[in-house]
Amino acid sequence: MKQGLHPVVMVLLVAAATLFGRVLPTWTLSLATVAASNALIALGIVVLARTGNVSFGQGLFYAAGGYGVALIANAWGITDAVAQMLIGAVCGGLLGLVIGPLIARYSGIFFGMLTLALSMVLYGALVKSSALGGSDGFNVGRPSLFGMVFTDPREADFMLYAVSVVTTGLAGIAATLLFRSELGLVSLAVRENNLRIEYLGISANRIVTINFVVAAVFAGASGAFALMAQRHIDPQFAYWTTSGEFVFVAVLAGYQSVAAVFVSSLALELVRSFSNLYLPNTWQLVLGVFLLGVILFLPRGIGSLWIRGRRARIGPVAATPVAAEEEAAL
Amino acid sequence: MNPVLSVRGLDKRFGAVVAADALSIDIAPGQKVSLIGANGAGKTTFVNMVTGYLKPDSGSIVLDGMDIGGQSPRNVARLGISRSFQIPQLFIELTAAENLAVALSGMRAHALSFHAPAEAQGRHDKAIELLERFGLAAHADRPISELAGGVRKLVDIAMALVRRPKLLLLDEPTSGVSAEEKFATMDRVIHAVAPDAATIVFVEHDMEIVSRYADRVLAFYQGRILADGNPDIVLKDPEVRRYVTGSAR
Repeated sequence: MKQGLHPVVMVLLVAAATLFGRVLPTWTLSLATVAASNALIALGIVVLARTGNVSFGQGLFYAAGGYGVALIANAWGITDAVAQMLIGAVCGGLLGLVIGPLIARYSGIFFGMLTLALSMVLYGALVKSSALGGSDGFNVGRPSLFGMVFTDPREADFMLYAVSVVTTGLAGIAATLLFRSELGLVSLAVRENNLRIEYLGISANRIVTINFVVAAVFAGASGAFALMAQRHIDPQFAYWTTSGEFVFVAVLAGYQSVAAVFVSSLALELVRSFSNLYLPNTWQLVLGVFLLGVILFLPRGIGSLWIRGRRARIGPVAATPVAAEEEAAL
Repeated sequence: MNPVLSVRGLDKRFGAVVAADALSIDIAPGQKVSLIGANGAGKTTFVNMVTGYLKPDSGSIVLDGMDIGGQSPRNVARLGISRSFQIPQLFIELTAAENLAVALSGMRAHALSFHAPAEAQGRHDKAIELLERFGLAAHADRPISELAGGVRKLVDIAMALVRRPKLLLLDEPTSGVSAEEKFATMDRVIHAVAPDAATIVFVEHDMEIVSRYADRVLAFYQGRILADGNPDIVLKDPEVRRYVTGSAR
């Protein structure tokens, strides 16, 4: 049987990562906040990818979360970071519940292109909507936490870092439990052979829809964090290049490990920051080479570095297929 | 005794090709029925219609008194018909035990757990027990991608058996298995299926297997039943020898 970290150990790791923010240099706090936020939405893509479907349009739910929070915050004066995160998750999830059952009938490239098309429809609508600021978007106020307002920039950055790391960490624990669960196992089976799944009496569409909604919830919460970090929202949230960045993180991570998503997101932000600093005109080239390197040497993503090792520990395998059959015949 | 499966006037055409021509068949509980026929005779079309993969142009399919015509493969499986495939349809990156665990999840597909571990002890034990019945317990923790064709075939059949179906359809259970192994494989299948007392319908090209394991043979030719009865009689039928088994036998 596979072994993994106990949930209590995972909670302790999240707590340690949160407290670690106290000793991080100020400039890394915002970088880590962005990395955690991006990891959250990429985690949703990984959850969905385990059913064999890749969404190229998670910007749809990212924008839904961001705009939903921005509108509600401005209308009702809600500035609490946790409340905003929850509102974003609900907005993303509700949209996912509407779209999921319709899109789950498709698979492969059709699934990917439909998600992309839907996100671009929202982008087009937002650009044309003068009530939502059109292509310029609009601003929101500074977030607070449980009634505390943070005027010191470092404290404000740490608060946002802490909330995003805790949220993403808890989402990661939930995703880990999901991956290990019955639903998680069946999701992997859908990815491999959805015809057989139907012959076993299971609805492959239902499994895809559930994973799709989970991904939408994560994307909505991630959109809320992006809004809190920038205190501004515009249609770029729904643009296809934004969605592409999240797929980039998911591809780097692979679909086998939750921890890999966090490692990939952080690695991507570090590569982006340092290449932007030292190679300001060619940083995209560095990013491209980085991705190519991962695809070439770790085709199953960064997570395969430790998942592969775990498989190998399960036990020796028959040297040849014939040997395996002979063993079976004994 | 009421038949487990009763089909009446089943028709299916693909353009000019007649795959099923007014098929009417009753299968009694506990029978081991072999479907024989040349390629294109309509055996697999019959299996695909009974399991809901293909919709018949006309006719009825009744399982245990319930009309199942037009139902999806998912609903047909839930109602009590399971099948295995000529080319095993497995989840090749998962282990043999995990494949069985997925099949067991199909028993309660409306209430899959979000948090209970997939390897919960009860389900794992049940998966191992099923693998043991087929003599495959040693392969439980090996990914399907590392298993040989004959082993995959047995895992495929074990998965079909999970629901304890009223009717088990096996599509060429010994294809791809070596000549030396084919009887051992079939013995193992019959032995493993016996506790569930399922009615078995198996598509087979090997007449030695048919005569040894079937107690009834349906010979298909151009979408029709050419002969139906005891293997000793059907396999000696001149028309069956001419159109199905060839003159060698």
